Order: sequence, then C-alpha cells, then structure tokens
Amino acid sequence: MENNITNILVAGVGGQGVILASDLMADTFLEAGYDSKKSEVHGMAQRGGSVSSHVRFGKKVDSPIIKMGEVDYLFMTEKLETLRWLSYCNPDTVFLIDPLEIYPPAVNLGTMEYPDDVEATLKDNYKNVHFIKATEIAAGLGNARAGNVVLLGTLSKLLDIDEDVWMKCILARLPQKLHDLNKKAFTEGRKAI
Amino acid sequence: MKKILSGNEAIARGAWEAGVLFASSYPGTPSSEILENVATYKEIKAEWATNEKDALMAAAGAALTGARAMASMKHVGVNVAADPFMTLAYTGVNGGLVLVTADDPELHSSQNEQDNRHYAKFAKVPMLEPSDSQEAKDFVKKAFEISEQFDTPVMLRTVTRISHSKTPVELEERKVPDRPVELKKEEAKYVMLPVYGRQRHKAIEERFLKLKEFAETFEENRLEMNDTSVGIITGGISYQYAKEVFPNASFLKLGMTWPLPGKMIGEFISKVDKVYVIEELDPFWEDNIKAMGYKIDAGKDKVPICGELSPTILAETFEPAYKVPGAVYSNPIPPRPPNMCPGCPHRAVFHVLKKNKLFVHGDIGCYTLGALPPLKSLDSCICMGASIGVTEGATQVLGEEALGKMVCVIGDSTFLHSGITPLLNMAFNKSNATVIILDNWITAMTGAQEHPGTGYTVRGEEAFCVDYAELAKVLGVKPENIRRVDPYNIEELDKVVKEEVNKNETSVIITKDAPCVLLRRAIASFNKPLVVDQDACTGCRQCVEIGCPAISWDVSKAGEYTTAEGKTKKRKGTAVIDATLCTGCGLCYQVCKFGTIKGESDEVPFGLKLNRYRPTDAAAAKS
Repeated sequence: MENNITNILVAGVGGQGVILASDLMADTFLEAGYDSKKSEVHGMAQRGGSVSSHVRFGKKVDSPIIKMGEVDYLFMTEKLETLRWLSYCNPDTVFLIDPLEIYPPAVNLGTMEYPDDVEATLKDNYKNVHFIKATEIAAGLGNARAGNVVLLGTLSKLLDIDEDVWMKCILARLPQKLHDLNKKAFTEGRKAI
Repeated sequence: MKKILSGNEAIARGAWEAGVLFASSYPGTPSSEILENVATYKEIKAEWATNEKDALMAAAGAALTGARAMASMKHVGVNVAADPFMTLAYTGVNGGLVLVTADDPELHSSQNEQDNRHYAKFAKVPMLEPSDSQEAKDFVKKAFEISEQFDTPVMLRTVTRISHSKTPVELEERKVPDRPVELKKEEAKYVMLPVYGRQRHKAIEERFLKLKEFAETFEENRLEMNDTSVGIITGGISYQYAKEVFPNASFLKLGMTWPLPGKMIGEFISKVDKVYVIEELDPFWEDNIKAMGYKIDAGKDKVPICGELSPTILAETFEPAYKVPGAVYSNPIPPRPPNMCPGCPHRAVFHVLKKNKLFVHGDIGCYTLGALPPLKSLDSCICMGASIGVTEGATQVLGEEALGKMVCVIGDSTFLHSGITPLLNMAFNKSNATVIILDNWITAMTGAQEHPGTGYTVRGEEAFCVDYAELAKVLGVKPENIRRVDPYNIEELDKVVKEEVNKNETSVIITKDAPCVLLRRAIASFNKPLVVDQDACTGCRQCVEIGCPAISWDVSKAGEYTTAEGKTKKRKGTAVIDATLCTGCGLCYQVCKFGTIKGESDEVPFGLKLNRYRPTDAAAAKS
C-alpha cells in the first residue's frame, strides 16, 4: 500500500503559539487514525526568537523531521519568517501566511530593513500562496492571540479530516474560558480561503 | 490507550509505569520536562536538586534502599554528576537506578555538543537509546529491569529530537516491583575503600562480559532484513532518518548502544553487500565495530560529525539525485535570535557593565544573551559556575591591575548549582573580584523551574528560601562588600558597580526586586507603556541601543524637525515604543538624555509592581 505522508512546517516567532498550533495538528491527526509525529526545538523559543515545528502524518511516519524540499503546507504566523523556510518548499507547496510583521532586533536597531519583497518573491516562485490575515481576524474576535487557531481553521479546510475531529482536539487542549473564542477563530479561518 | 507524547513525557510515563519511587533532576534543555512530568504522578517522590551531582547522588541513595530511582539531566549535567557516576558503576545498585542523559546535538540550547555515549563505555555500564516516544517509555522500563538484573546503573540517552518530538505511545499501568525498601548493611559492596574497590573492579569486569552476552539476545537489538545490497547499522533518532532515506535497505537497529552485540553485528555484516554505519556526532559505533575487525563502506568519512543529522543530510550524502531546492531569495534576511524580554531585569546590568567598559566573565542562563548585540558585553561563558571560578584565577595573576576592570555575572539558580564553592574559594584566597548575582527568583532559561532560592518545591509546596547576602557572608565575604542593588535603577547600579569593582577585596552584588518578567506569581502588574514624543525625539539612538524588543527605529520621520524651543534641527530617525510589548520598566526613560520618553504621569517608576512572597524580598522592601 502506498504510504502517502503529508508534511506541514509550522513557523513564526516565539510567543505566537507556533508550538501549540503544531500540538493541535498532531493531536488531530492521531485522533483521525493516522500515525503522526512532530518535532520542534524549544529552549530559547520563549524569548522572541524564530520558532519552527515539523508535523507529519500518514499511514506510517519514520522521521519526525521533514526533508528539505518536501513540505506540503507551510504554515506561517509571521511574514518574513517565511523566507527562512523556502529550502523546505517546492513549487507545489501550499503557503498559508499571516502577513503580520514582527520586527527582529536588527530591524529595531535600524541596521537592516524589514524585507518589502516577500509577497512578490513568493508569487513569482510558487503557485499556491495564500495570505490569511489571521491575527487581524482574531483581533476582530476579541483576542489577537487566537491568530494561530484562525490559521489552523484555514489549514483544516485543505485537509481531508472532519471538522468535528479538529474541534474536539482543539477544545481538549484549551481551557474552558477560551473555547468560544477559539471555536469562532477556527470557523473564521475556514472561511478565509 | 494511545496518546501522543514527547520523548520527555514518555520517559516520565515510563518511570511511573516502572514503579519508580524517587526521581531527581536539575533543569537543562532538552531534559527539563522529564522531571516536570514525573512530578505530576503523585506516587513518585520528585524533586529539583541543586545540581546534577546532587540529583544522581540522591537517586543512588534511594536505589540503595531498594527503591527504583531515576536521575535526569542534560548531557553537560552528566559531567557534573560524573564523580558519583563513575563509582556507582563499581558499587552497583539494589533497586534499579537509571540515569537519563538528554544530549543536544546541534547545540540548540547548550554550550557544547558532547556525545554522552562515551560515558557508557567509560563507566562500563549499559546504555539504551530510544528512537521515538514509544521506545522512550518502553526503554525506561527495560532499563530498570537490566539495572536490577545486572546490579548496575543504566544510562538512557535521548537527543533533542527524541526529547522534544511527539509520537504516539500506548499507555500501560503502573507496576511496582516486589522488593523491600530498607536499610541493609553491605559494606564490601558500598564502601569504596581501596580494599573493597579492587574487588568491585573485578566484579564490574565480569558484569561487563555478561552484559555483552545479554546484548546478543536483547530484543531491542534487532535485524530488519530487506534488500541486502545495503545494510545499515544505526539506532536512536538516526534510525528514523535512515529509514526515511533507505526505505528498502536492511537494518541492524541497536536499541542498546553499549555494550555492542559483536556476534549479531558480524552476522549482519555477513548477510549484506555493503555496510553503512549511520550515527549522529562521534564515530562511536563505527570505531568499536572497526575494532572488532570489520570493514565498513560508509561512516564518518561521509556522514558529518558536527551538528545533528537529518533526512536532508542523509539524502544529500547517499542519494545522488537528491538536491536541496536552490535559493529563491537572495537578499539578506534579518536574523531573529532569542533576546532578553521587554522589561527583563538583566538588561540594565549589561548596559551599565558596557558603559563602564568592564571585562565580564559570564555564566549559563538567559543573561548569556548579554553577549549579543547591541549589549555585547559578555567576554566568556564556559559552564555552570565558571564565571566565578575563572574570575578568581584571573584576579590572582592580574592582582591590583584587575581593579576597576573586571566583573562576573551569574544567575540565582546557577549560583546555587555551582557558584557557592568558587565564591568560597575567592574569599578564602583573598581575590579582589566582584561577583554580581542576578537574582530573578527562578531558573528562567529552561522555563521557570524551582530551586532553593525560589521559595517553592517542584510540587508548589512552600520551602526554605536561601538568603544570598547571608550566604555570601558565611562564605567569607565581608558584610560591607555585600550590596543589594535595584537593577532597574541605572544610577544606583552604576554607583555600586564602580565602588565594588575598585575594592581590593571580594565583593558580591545581589540584584533585588527583580524577578523574571515571565514569572507570573511575582509580577503584580506591569506599568503603563511609555511613549517617545515623536516631535521632540532627537534620534540619538541611546534607547535603541539597550536592545529592548519594544523599542524600534523608525526612519519615516528622518530629516528636519523643530525643537520645543523653535530651533530647526536634523535627525536620522526616531525611536518608537510598541505599547503592546512595553512593560513600563523605566529603563529607556532613564537613558533618554532629552526627556522625550514619557509615562502616563510625570513620575515614571523604575521596575515593576511585585508580589514579594519570599521572606528576603519582604524584609528588604520594609527596611
């Protein structure tokens, strides 16, 4: 039997909920009956550094890390961070990018500029590039921090897994008081593509 | 039931299922979550130890009574624990004793990437290496069985990609072995006087031969015969990477890293045309297999020694057709290194040390980030406690030349871990050094773990809380040379640092009222965010140079502007404060010479509003 593995790379900036988003994915894929593995590096993540997490699912998954060039979905919670992960992508990679800009130290210091050619670069080189204003949508719902779940909603629309399975796994990991917000965030994310 | 667990969560679960009664650890990436998760099982007495040596000694003590006990630590922590470890190999155990070493190839969050497989060979003890979370859990249980069967400590080695990857795990129930927990005298086994030690050395050599035999039949060393044109000897995370790149090859998967199953290796090599040894870091298996007289076709001549492996690296090495996609973006990408948080109590300290052009010996913790631009004021960082140790030696050769020129910085947790004895050494040997203890009330870098200066245990029970000033005094530092300083007050900080670094005696400066900004229980509230008056900002960049993530440089208002006095001046840009990130700590307000950074009211507070729950802080606030 063919072992089709789906590779998702989740990345952004420390504090944006990158790790949580990848945890929710892995939970959902396991719940949906797949083998699922994820890998990230924490350690220094909390302090505003670049953060990334690899998530893979399929009938049987070996490596928890994705091979460069083999990402199917690049899930980005910050715009310029996308540029760091292009070697993991291929012409068919689906990009889901929150166009949010968080300035890295060199930009804050004025020694480098925040790149203004991210959109153009991606549109010139890849055919499935989607900018989803996840943080803006979440802010509209009352809490900008739910941007990661908005983007998760968008991803869920593209994968063949029942919406209820996603919702079950998302709510299982979040405290009750955040359930309403995240249900809405997820639903809005599904509408965003 | 199946659950998706990290390797660390799985190890904790494995310890619980194995009937472990005691676990100890000192936090260190990527090992910290092991003990944090163990502490969630009420049947296990879990503790944060002062350092890894204390953790291992405690676990050994528990094991000698007959209980199953585990000590977990990062790879460099094993160096600290190596002293008891090497002799525990001699004494053996009673109840099972497992030492978990979480290695960090690629130095994601470490000062080196040493390969701790060498420790197993060095100490002549068995080592198991899981390749996913299921094995991490299962191998903990097997490690305890081996430990008791062969009367030896057993090492379980993970790497970051095992500890911090999540994979499905089948959960099972807890079984506590039927073994009495008691005090039983057996001095010839546990008193390592030379006369007994010589006997025990013979015993471990005999044990080692038995372990070698055991390795031949151990079910986690397994042959996976497939296409025999290539046979791969591997284990741990490298096994998963190799399976990804060689789905059809034959494998000898080593679950036991040491000792190696020589006969099994020979049998495997005889069945395949070409032999590849695929392992991360050092040629550990390769060298030992070659020493058995076998020839291999690919090893460290092709697979890199430095850094972690990945499916990408193996594909680049072994698949001629595979190519990493070429770069589609050629402009420089601004890097995003970790940074001290907005409001971090360490920031002003480095600002002041830089201003005073001091040579700074640093240590392990968040404050190591003081080495990065724009603060760039750390000149060495070696290992836990080294800041104080190396400063002592430097002062001895520099003598009075060192006055006013050098200082060392160390965090609270690191000081308690390894700073006490070098400070005693300083005072004893009359060093004229100045030690700054950056007390942020928690082990911050690894994600907020308790220690003897936080006031709480791992389970959140109230505990004894060390008083650093009193401790420095009993270590021999003169009371007049022990200073508490508010690290949010630049003027005070500058004055105290200048005074102490110029004294020809050992000095200790302790930061007060400065908990980690992420420590929620300590921060009552942040202050209102500060703002830069965009009309008046001269663009001098002084506030930008403190490296606060909340402050950015904006060139959109560059050019001519009119001052409050009506003069026309030129500026290159303005500083802007992000209100969502600013904690209102008051640091930028103090460095602004032109009074253009303002708070909500005229009086801008220095530091944050605190909950002073530690006795020392409450007393300091009253005095």
